[in-house]
Amino acid sequence: MSATGESLEIGSALPLSQQGPAPTRVVAGFGFWLFLLSDIILFAALFAAYAVLSDASAGGPIGAELFDKRHVFLETLCLLTSSVTCGFGSLAVLRTDKRAMYLWMFATFVLGAIFLAMEASEFADMVSAGAGPSRSAFLSAFFALVGTHGLHVSVGLVWLLIMLLQVATLGFRPMVARRFFCFGLFWHALDIVWIGVFTIVYLGAH
Amino acid sequence: MLGRLTWDAIPFDQPIVMVTVSIIGIVLAGLLALVTVKGWWSYLWREWITSVDHKRIGVMYMLVGLVMLVRGFSDAIMMRSQQALAAGGALGYLPPEHFDQIFSAHGTIMIFFVAMPFVIGLMNFAIPLQLGVRDVAFPVLNSVSFWLSAAGVLLVNLSLFVGEFARTGWLAYPPLSELAYSPGVGVDYYLWSLQIAGLGTLLSGINLLTTILKLRAPGMGYSRMPIFCWTALASNLLIVAAFPVLTATFGMLLLDRYCDFHFFTNELGGNPMMYVNLIWIWGHPEVYILILPAFGVFSEVVATFAGKPLFGYRSMVMATMAICVLSFFVWLHHFFTMGAGANVNAFFGIATMVISVPTGVKVFNWLFTLYGGRIRFTVPIYWTLGFIITFVIGGMTGVLMAIPPADFVLHNSLFLVAHFHNVAIGGVIFGVMAGYTYWFPKAFGFTLNERIGKAIFWCWFIGFYLAFMPLYALGLMGATRRMQHYPDVHWQPLMLVALAGAVCILIGIGLTAVQLVVSIRARAKNRVTGDPWDGRTLEWSTASPPPAWNFTHLPEVERADAYWSAKKEGTASPLSRLTGPATVHVPRNTPVGVFTAFFAVILGFALIWRIDWLAVIGLIGAIGVALRHAWQTDREVAIPADEVAAFERARAKGTA
Repeated sequence: MSATGESLEIGSALPLSQQGPAPTRVVAGFGFWLFLLSDIILFAALFAAYAVLSDASAGGPIGAELFDKRHVFLETLCLLTSSVTCGFGSLAVLRTDKRAMYLWMFATFVLGAIFLAMEASEFADMVSAGAGPSRSAFLSAFFALVGTHGLHVSVGLVWLLIMLLQVATLGFRPMVARRFFCFGLFWHALDIVWIGVFTIVYLGAH
Repeated sequence: MLGRLTWDAIPFDQPIVMVTVSIIGIVLAGLLALVTVKGWWSYLWREWITSVDHKRIGVMYMLVGLVMLVRGFSDAIMMRSQQALAAGGALGYLPPEHFDQIFSAHGTIMIFFVAMPFVIGLMNFAIPLQLGVRDVAFPVLNSVSFWLSAAGVLLVNLSLFVGEFARTGWLAYPPLSELAYSPGVGVDYYLWSLQIAGLGTLLSGINLLTTILKLRAPGMGYSRMPIFCWTALASNLLIVAAFPVLTATFGMLLLDRYCDFHFFTNELGGNPMMYVNLIWIWGHPEVYILILPAFGVFSEVVATFAGKPLFGYRSMVMATMAICVLSFFVWLHHFFTMGAGANVNAFFGIATMVISVPTGVKVFNWLFTLYGGRIRFTVPIYWTLGFIITFVIGGMTGVLMAIPPADFVLHNSLFLVAHFHNVAIGGVIFGVMAGYTYWFPKAFGFTLNERIGKAIFWCWFIGFYLAFMPLYALGLMGATRRMQHYPDVHWQPLMLVALAGAVCILIGIGLTAVQLVVSIRARAKNRVTGDPWDGRTLEWSTASPPPAWNFTHLPEVERADAYWSAKKEGTASPLSRLTGPATVHVPRNTPVGVFTAFFAVILGFALIWRIDWLAVIGLIGAIGVALRHAWQTDREVAIPADEVAAFERARAKGTA
C-alpha cells in the first residue's frame, strides 16, 4: 500500500487529522473495524427479526420449553474463555513468541470447537424433537440468528487454522501480524454478539 | 445432474427475447473477435482486467454503468410503448408475464447496476485524487469489489436467455416472491445477483470510507476536504450501515425459498410486512447513497465554473451529514398504507419533511455560489442548472407525498413513479452526467465534444419533462403503476406524450455513444493540460491522465480549495518541487478480483439452478483464490526515480 508509506510524527504540533496518510497497520485495523461494524448491523437485522417473530410459534413449541439454560451456560463459558485465550495468543503474536502463540491459539481453537459441537447437538436435538426451522416463524428466526453466529464461529476457526499455517510458513512478518490482529478483533466481536444472543434469546425466553 | 436446468429454460418460443439475445450475441461475438484479431487481449488483461489502480477501476465502473443504462433503458422504452398501445380493447405486444419481468428488471438494473456503478465509479476515480494520495486504502479489495459487482451484472443479464427474471417488482415483496407464488428461477436470479453485487458494494464502501478517514494528504484536515469527499463520506457511511440489512433481508428470503423457513410466508407465523420494513430500512438510505455524491459533483461544478469558493462550505457539510443521519428515520414513508397507525405515520411523515430542510440549504448554497459569479456555461454547468430546477420540483412532490393522507391517495400510482424518476433522473443521472463530463479530461487527457454534450443535455432535460410530467397527471387521474393494460382510453394521449419523452431520452443516450466516438477521434485536437477547467481541488494539480502514482510529491495542504489557493500564491508549479523525485511504490496488479468473480458467477448460477456439485466447485474456487492471495508476499512494484523524473520533465514541457 504505497499511499501509506508515511508514518505518524509522534509529538507533532499538527492535529491528527492533518498529519497525512496513516501507517498501514492503522489503516488495515481501521478497515477491519468498519467491516465488523457492518457485520454487527447484519446481526442487528437478524435480532430485529427474532424480536418480531419470537411470539410467532404458530402453536408449536416455545423457547421456554426448548432451551436448556445449563447447556447454554456451558457453551457461553467456552466461548468467553476462548476470548481470553485468544487475547493471550494475540499478546504472544506481539512478542513474536511462537511457542506461546501456538499454545494459546490451540486452546482458543479447542474451546471454539467445543462451543460449536454443543451448539450442533442443541440444534440436532431440537430438529429431532420436531422443532426445526420449518416448524414456525419463531423457530426460523431462532435458527437463522443462532445459526449465523455459529457460521461465523466456524469461519473464525478456519481462519485461525489458516493464520497458524501463515505463521508456520511466513513467520511473524508485518502482513501476518496485521491479519492476526484482525482475527483477534473478529473473535472478540463474536463474543459480543453471543452475549446479545445469550441475553435476548436464551435468558429472554418465556 | 443439472438441477432444474433443461432446454426448456431457453425461451425459444418468445421472439422478442430471442431476437434481443441474438443481437447481444452478435455484438459480443463481434467485440471478442475484434479484440482477438487486433491482439488486444494481453493489453486488456495487463492494464485493465487485473488493474488495482483506482482510476482504472473507476473507469470500468462507469463503463459497466453505461452498458447497463442501455439495457435498463430498453426495458423502459418497452414499457412506455406497451402502455402507449394497450388502451381499451388493444392489448399491446407484451404479454403480462413478460411485462412483469420487464418492470422488475428495469427497476433492479437501474438502481443496482446503473446508478450504483456510476456513483461508485465517480467516487473511486475522484476521491484519492481529491485527497492528494496515491490510491485507495485497499487497492486489491477495490478490484475484488468491482469484479463482484460485474458478476452480479452478468447473472442478471444471463436471466434474459437462460430462464426468466423475477415478476415481483424491483424489491421482490413477499408473499409474492415466496416459493409458493414464484416457484421459478426468476426470484433466485434476482436474489443471488444482488447478494453478490451487494457484497461488492459493501466492500467498496468500507474501502472508500477508510480512504477518506485515514488517507489524506498532509495538512488536509476535515475542514479542508473537498465537498465531494464529504458527500462521498456520507454516502459510504450509509453503504456500510445499510447494505448489511439488505444482505440479511435477502438472506432470510433465501432461507424461506431454499430451506423452508417461515420468515415472510403467509402460514406458520411468517410476517410479510417485516420484509417490507427491513428492505426499506436499507432502501431509503440507498436513495441518499446515490444522491449525496451527485450533490457533491454539483457543488464542485458550481464552484469551479462560477470561479468562486463554494458558498457556505460549512453549512453544506452540516446539511450533508444531517441528511446522512436523517435518512435512517424515514423508511416507513414508503408504506404508510401498511396501517401502522396515525401516530407512527405522523412521525415518519414529519421526519420526511424535515429532510427537505438540509436539502433546501444545499439548493440555496448552490444558487448563492452562482450568484455574482463569472459563470462559464460548460456542459457540467448545464446539467447543474437543469438539476436545480428539476430536483426542486421532484423534492416538492416528495414533500407532498410525505403527508400520510395524501399518500393514501397517491400510493402505488403513476404519481409516485413520476416523483422518484424526477429525483432519480433529475438528481442522480444529471449528477453522474455532470461528473462524467467534468472528470473525463482528467481521466483521459482530452475533453468530450462540447456541442454534442449540450445536445445530450437538452435531450435528457426535455425528454424527462415530456416523459414524466404526464405521469404526474395520470397518477392524479387514478392510473396505478405496473399496468400491462388499462381500460380507460382517455389516458392514452398522455401515455403517448410520455412515450415521446422516452424517445427523446433515447436520442440523448445514442448521442452519448456518438459523443464518445467523435471525441476519441478528435482527441489530438482536444488534448488538455492537468488543469483544463481552472479547477480548485487537488485532482487538477496532477497530469491528465494522472500517472499510476497520482502525485510525485504528496501535496501539502494549507487551506480549503488547496489547488486554487496554491495557484493564487504561485506555489502550484510542479517544477518548484522537482528536487529529485524518489522511487515510488505502487500496488502490483493481480487477477484475484476477476478470478473471485468468476467463481462467484459459477456459485450464483449453480445456486439459482440448484446444481449442488457446481455450487461446491464455485465456493471452493473462490476460497482457493483468496488463499492463494493470502500467501502472496510480493505485492508492490517499484517505479524507479529516473522514470518518475522523466515523467515530470515531459509534463513540464507540456507533452503529458
